[in-house]
Amino acid sequence: MPTKPVARLTDQRVVLIALIALACLLPFFVSNYRVFQFTMVLITSIALLGLNLLTGFNGQISLGHGAFYAVGAYTSAILIDQFSLPYPFAVLAGGVVCFVCGWLFGRPALRLEGIYLALATFALGVCLPQILKYKGIEHYTGGVQGITLIKPEAPFGLPLSADQWLYFFSLAFLLLSFWMAHNLVKSHTGRAIVAIRDNPLAAAAMGIDLARYKTTTFGVSAMLTGIAGGLSALTIQFVAPDSFQFLLSAGFLVGIVVGGLASLSGAVFGAIFLQFVPNVADQISKAAPWAVYGVVMIAFAYLMPEGIAGYIRKAVATARNKA
Amino acid sequence: MNITLQRFTGLLITALAVTGCNKPAEEAAPEPGKAAEEQKAPEAPPPAAKEIKLGQTMPYSGPASAYGTIGKLHSAYFKKINEEGGIDGYKINLISLDDGYSPPKTVEQVRKLVEEEQVVAVFSPLGTATNSAIQKYLNTKKVPQLFVSSGATKWGDPANFPWTIGFNPSYKLEGQIYGKHILATNPKAKIAVLYQNDDYGKDLLEGLKEGLGASAKNIVKEASYETSDPTVDSQVIALKGSKADTFVNITTPKFAAQAVRKAYDSGWKPKTHYLNNVGASIGSVIKPAGPEKAKGAYTVQYYQDPLDTQYDSNPAMAKYKEFLKKYYPEGALDDGSNVYAYIEAQTLVQVLKQCAGNFTSENIKTQAASLKDFKPDLLLEGIAINTSDKDYFLFDQLSLSKFDGTIYKPEGALIKGN
Repeated sequence: MPTKPVARLTDQRVVLIALIALACLLPFFVSNYRVFQFTMVLITSIALLGLNLLTGFNGQISLGHGAFYAVGAYTSAILIDQFSLPYPFAVLAGGVVCFVCGWLFGRPALRLEGIYLALATFALGVCLPQILKYKGIEHYTGGVQGITLIKPEAPFGLPLSADQWLYFFSLAFLLLSFWMAHNLVKSHTGRAIVAIRDNPLAAAAMGIDLARYKTTTFGVSAMLTGIAGGLSALTIQFVAPDSFQFLLSAGFLVGIVVGGLASLSGAVFGAIFLQFVPNVADQISKAAPWAVYGVVMIAFAYLMPEGIAGYIRKAVATARNKA
Repeated sequence: MNITLQRFTGLLITALAVTGCNKPAEEAAPEPGKAAEEQKAPEAPPPAAKEIKLGQTMPYSGPASAYGTIGKLHSAYFKKINEEGGIDGYKINLISLDDGYSPPKTVEQVRKLVEEEQVVAVFSPLGTATNSAIQKYLNTKKVPQLFVSSGATKWGDPANFPWTIGFNPSYKLEGQIYGKHILATNPKAKIAVLYQNDDYGKDLLEGLKEGLGASAKNIVKEASYETSDPTVDSQVIALKGSKADTFVNITTPKFAAQAVRKAYDSGWKPKTHYLNNVGASIGSVIKPAGPEKAKGAYTVQYYQDPLDTQYDSNPAMAKYKEFLKKYYPEGALDDGSNVYAYIEAQTLVQVLKQCAGNFTSENIKTQAASLKDFKPDLLLEGIAINTSDKDYFLFDQLSLSKFDGTIYKPEGALIKGN
């Protein structure tokens, strides 16, 4: 990677800090309902970031990330509801449980390549809602009734509404996740992860331990998605098997492709797409909202084949060249 | 890979650009003391516009999209009411949003309706899990969750959830009636049950067992399915294996059609077949399955079937058909969901009339809980809607009907629940 002029990097840092500051001001200028929507965007971004690490950077396709989202949501919900664990710990616990689940799932999945891995994860995604209804664990999961949670209020007497507090709580997790992911993909581990995607044979020949990197990536990816799940449980205040149908997993995949594969910022663009486009589709046609959604999706695929992040990157590069 | 701060910066720029686009101008002003405002009931609507603003969530997309017709009929019916002058000069404005039958989406849409649109009530939100997700919220906000389109028994709990009232006869009541009918006609029946694995299916099954009482042991086989299952064929085959002579079919339309077809095609052909009301529609279940395959099936009914010729002379039925033709021509005459929606809309109009011009959330709730012997068009003879602040169940007795190959014919008197 060529070294960048120091001045430009500093400029970017300034812009970045300004944007984070803007993101912090945002909830004070919109209604609680909008704050709620943007909180969902932040949460979905974290989930997409997780999936993008696995699929975009490491080349392992997952059609079942909704399952990790659900496990994270349920772990947090059960810990809060039944064991009265403070919610920040419950969300982290959801992430830890998902890391373990992802790592364990990644082990046998090592033998599966490409489309076969997609099938295996697909199975995970479709079977989880049914497992959640299983009678034996109904005492914890609430069965089909699900679990209703109480929305956490802002602590330390901060003058924030519950929605605003959850926004900042999620924003903190988002920034932490991006910082972590950014460092990860820039490190030599990140280069190994990408090398495995580009040419596993060559990567192995260079001495990269494929099994270790692939399972760890699976674990980290599941962990981020699980944390997002836990945050969503807090924000929606309700978890039920019906909340985690297969379409959720499919939606995540749509999100990273539309946002931009193998791009960290793509996760946020994808989340914005997933949050707002269905609402627009519903306004355009009550009879066939999904047809509208489909047309928008195809339009994105044609006009921005590298996702929104790729499109913006190109546009910025063109502008720079002209300047 | 070139993952740089540059891209990350790009992301935030666009994120905020989109933020700006989505922010309606009137919300721009910061509102201090939001935390306190959270718990407060929404203000009564400004009467200046002379409209009653209602909200709704409907599965226009997703696995339950067959029910979307209910929301469309509601909108058509209120259009008719508005053209006729509205209610006490007020027009009904129903904002019906798609939730795709997904609880998180329902929460988002209902928050939009309550906080952005400031609706005075949420009318006929559809689904059990979807309504569970918003019940606490609406009760905290003191916005009526009026006539929930789901028969779960939990919608009749005025002590804990005074702002939630269901519409359908409770699934439990329906199950009890099947149980009592089996006891009365064939006490030695060997019963096989197919049910949807959720609140609805379990409620109905529980009612069936209550109706059967000690004879509940005659249920020789139970099989369940998930809404995400592609078919229920394997479940029906398993039930066939039990050699039961009585089939209680607790399924939603798509699965009901599959089960009716499979029970017949597999050669099981149980002697008695109870097809629950949710899945008994001639248009969306019997016709796709094949009418000969459902011949002799029993179901509970509380409204008239537009295809049944015995109601042709009924002026209310003529009025309904005229309404469909004029306001909702794409609505199928043979879809039971449309009649259901028609009755529900009339009940809401009755509630609004009782409000006598005072359309606050509080008064709408109070009036919904004081319906006395209200008989909307197309209800079966003898059935009336009654509510009180202690009893939120609209119906307490139903009639059993038998499918004769073309239509359902009422059989015997109304049956009361336990």
